[in-house]
Amino acid sequence: MQSIGDCICFTLFLLITPKEEPKLYDVLIIGCGIVGAAAAWELSRYRLRTIVLEEKNDVAAGTTKANSAILHAGYDPPPGTLMARLNVEGSRMAEALCAALDVPYRKTGSLVLAFSREERALLEELLRRGERNCVPGLELLDREALSRREPGVSPQALCALYAPTAAIVSPWEYALALAETAVRNGTELRLNSGVTALEPLPQGGWRVTAGSAAYESRFVLNAAGVQGERIHGLAAPASFHIRPSRGQYYLLDKSQGNQVSHVVFQCPGPKGKGVLVAPTVHGNLLVGPNAEEISDGEDTAVTAAGLEQVAAMAARSVPGISLRECIRSFAGVRAQAERFDGVDDFIIQEAAPGFFDLAGIKSPGLTAAPAAARYAAGLLREAGLSLEEKPDFISSRRRIRFKDLSMEERNALIRQDPSYGRVICRCETVTEGEILAALRGPIPPCSIDGVKRRCGAGLGRCQGGFCGPRVLELLARERGIPPEQVLQEQEGSVVLAGGRI
Amino acid sequence: MIYDLIVVGGGPAGLAAALSAWEAGLRRILILERDRELGGILNQCIHNGFGLHYFQEELTGPEYAGRFVRLLRETDIQVLSDAMVLNIGDGDVLRVQTVDPIMGCRELSTRTVILAMGCRERTRGAIGTPGNRPAGILTAGAAQRYLNIEGCLVGRRAVILGSGDIGLIMARRMTLEGAKVLACLEVMPYSGGLTRNLVQCLEDFGIPLYLSHTVTEIQGRNRLERVLAARVDENRRPVPGTEIAFDCDTLLLSVGLIPENELTRQAGIEIDRRTGGPVVWENMETSKRGVFACGNVVHVHDLVDFVTMESRRAGAAAARYVLEGPAAGEEGALELSNGEGVSYTVPQRIHKVNGNARQNEKAEIFFRVNRVCGKSQILVEDGEGNRLAAFRRERMAPGEMERMTLPAALLERAAGGRLTVSVREEKGADVQ
Amino acid sequence: MKELICIVCPRGCRLRVSEDGSQTEGNACPRGAAYAQAEVTNPIRTLTSTVRVLGGLRQRLPVKTASPIPKSLLGAAMKELRELRVQAPVREGAILIPDLLRTGVPLVATRDDPGGSVKG
Repeated sequence: MQSIGDCICFTLFLLITPKEEPKLYDVLIIGCGIVGAAAAWELSRYRLRTIVLEEKNDVAAGTTKANSAILHAGYDPPPGTLMARLNVEGSRMAEALCAALDVPYRKTGSLVLAFSREERALLEELLRRGERNCVPGLELLDREALSRREPGVSPQALCALYAPTAAIVSPWEYALALAETAVRNGTELRLNSGVTALEPLPQGGWRVTAGSAAYESRFVLNAAGVQGERIHGLAAPASFHIRPSRGQYYLLDKSQGNQVSHVVFQCPGPKGKGVLVAPTVHGNLLVGPNAEEISDGEDTAVTAAGLEQVAAMAARSVPGISLRECIRSFAGVRAQAERFDGVDDFIIQEAAPGFFDLAGIKSPGLTAAPAAARYAAGLLREAGLSLEEKPDFISSRRRIRFKDLSMEERNALIRQDPSYGRVICRCETVTEGEILAALRGPIPPCSIDGVKRRCGAGLGRCQGGFCGPRVLELLARERGIPPEQVLQEQEGSVVLAGGRI
Repeated sequence: MIYDLIVVGGGPAGLAAALSAWEAGLRRILILERDRELGGILNQCIHNGFGLHYFQEELTGPEYAGRFVRLLRETDIQVLSDAMVLNIGDGDVLRVQTVDPIMGCRELSTRTVILAMGCRERTRGAIGTPGNRPAGILTAGAAQRYLNIEGCLVGRRAVILGSGDIGLIMARRMTLEGAKVLACLEVMPYSGGLTRNLVQCLEDFGIPLYLSHTVTEIQGRNRLERVLAARVDENRRPVPGTEIAFDCDTLLLSVGLIPENELTRQAGIEIDRRTGGPVVWENMETSKRGVFACGNVVHVHDLVDFVTMESRRAGAAAARYVLEGPAAGEEGALELSNGEGVSYTVPQRIHKVNGNARQNEKAEIFFRVNRVCGKSQILVEDGEGNRLAAFRRERMAPGEMERMTLPAALLERAAGGRLTVSVREEKGADVQ
Repeated sequence: MKELICIVCPRGCRLRVSEDGSQTEGNACPRGAAYAQAEVTNPIRTLTSTVRVLGGLRQRLPVKTASPIPKSLLGAAMKELRELRVQAPVREGAILIPDLLRTGVPLVATRDDPGGSVKG
């Protein structure tokens, strides 16, 4: 017979830790950059229990928010590689996908310039490669055709490889749109959840520890970007290194946005695709990157030497650009992989039973992401995951951009919700209504930069000087926190660190 | 309904312009203010030092604005706040497209427009400081707004980059609120702010001013932790071995102001690259008929008093335009240009004197020197090299705006369609 | 002689003043002489800051000392201001502290606050 004391203890135990079977997920995705977001989006079309764990406090917070914002046509990767195949496939998927998910996208075409006979030979090689990779419409332009197509490029350029299918995109909005759509389709997302341990379960599948929380899932996808090697190491023997490579950029004012109308590359070298000059979908001009191997994958500092190098290289392609019109310099880190088998390709593989890498997704990763996600879904299916389509899958997404509406549309909107009549960000004409919509969206931002990525407030030439305080106020109000706790970006980046007076 | 005048911006420039147009007899006047309240930047400039020229007394920013707001209440000038002007178009009359939460998006017709949008601060991007991008790097004006309007301090240990007035004022303000201001760094060999602010904002509180110094690196991943500074050479390049480290959580930027002319550009109005603002005539009319501009949108002023004076001219000129018709055409106009030692002049053009009976009979000229000058002469020469006037000054600095009045008699004598303003330092002048 | 920069107006005259303040050179106006004398004997400054306003339209009410107070009292004056709570409505010029730190100088509001909810 149990004593009364035992009964009370047992009851208390029940009250304190309601013993629920831990939910078993079908797929757990580690990382919510463009690759993780694309995987989540792809899997959210099926009847699956999917969860995404992101180490940072927002999606698209790593490499995805700081890169060249280019969708490559696909003439660079060596033929026959996964990289080549997924690049061309991803490039083909992007236009419709961006239209469906309301992601800023513009098919500008790209030009690779050659300044010497050696480089001309390289262009011919790229052309051949592109043709083998099935890149449509490639063309070698002579000097006249080049200057007709892009009058802003240097007269020193002898010829160029023209790729009409290259495009520019807003990379963080691309990832956000994919992740938001996945969430609307039932995918769970946990932010601030850096994975610290992976243990195989006896019955198959994995137990994934992120801080104080643990999750169990039949399959795990490693889409951790620069953390890819560490996450892989938690589940499988080492088979590659991630060598973080930092690239520095200048973002120039809209006054420079029309310097070129195509993405202008130089000939690629061993370190990457070289410095490019490109318009952005927001109307600015992007110049960069250089390439420097760094030991710390989180080190996104810019350096005087790095920026000087970028400036010198860019002037060679497009001599007319004025770097005095810089509104922001930044750096991003690419997850360059060094595979032990020596192959230069993406790493998309089952590294341990039920554990899949989507690692080393360097450039053209942004382009390849949706195709890579589809490929990974195929691998999961082969591994025994049943992919049954949801009849009620939400495939489209819309976001209001006040700036792009007609006068009638604007007034209809303002009558419905007057906050759309209050312009908060002057530089980009973003209204309070759009900021509130972002704050109430499927993945609510918790920082001023998070708001910026969702609706563009603070993206312009004053870099949030005017709208920052207003955005901060709205963020505090909507999240129900005091202003002095509002973050600029990641944890610890409090804006009003001095507190209330 | 056709307005006589729409004023874009309800800060010190817009308020003075609207009032002066009212005094000159215009009645259908509308001020469009994008913030919630009138007064513009003055609302956050709670320090004193305003009004010594215009009111002959020392006022704080809110008091200075308050005087105009009270005067405005006695008129029938309409004010629409929370209203953003999206563009200015042409027609038989000017069309101003605006949006606000109550009236929505509309196109208003008006005979004249006065642009008074003010200026904005240069940001870190504009100066290209290397390092990380943590929180805690703000323009001095943003920090000022957080402190004086919202009541929040942006940090506890600060370094100020740039010796512009807002930075100096914020050094004092943060110190008084209990923060530690470690240093003020200025890349130039002279200060960009008013001398009195160096005394009462830095010296009074023992805050060191490092001239010819700049920030060379920013450290700290999420919140600023440290800045490295170094001395710079004549070409403003950091000198190796002169680094100083400051452990701080805040870097305030006070590195210059830029006239805010998105709307001006969009309206196709000619911009002067030297000022960053529209090219204006002596009556503050821009290259677009019926569109006037005044205050910091034209050129960055050092004192609000001069903004008021300039804006009153714009308001009066807009009234004349409506009541008496446009000013004289371009025929016989004088072009003003900056000569040796002068970085710009405003206005850039002067209508022919007596070419129009309604013309102002004199021209008020503002300009800035491009370096610190000791005892000097300001020279005004015409297009044929004749010296028309010379004014003496004890000392001039780029941080301070200079002004002079050219009488009609002098303007009439000008030959060659041009006036050049230059500065000649007297030999052995003591430059401080 | 001591060298000073006059802060009475934006002109910033460079003054030379005797130790006791009785003689001044370099001032362009009489206010400069008065400033110099005060500066060497008992330097004074106008204090501007903000205080908490209860029931106000805004979070903070800007204030100033109606005339300059001894420079050495600025810190103590800020402490007083930190404790102060002002009830809206309040008019520009309203006396908030009649005699700040027994200087005989009042603290006054420099802006109207008609009261109302703190903006949201």
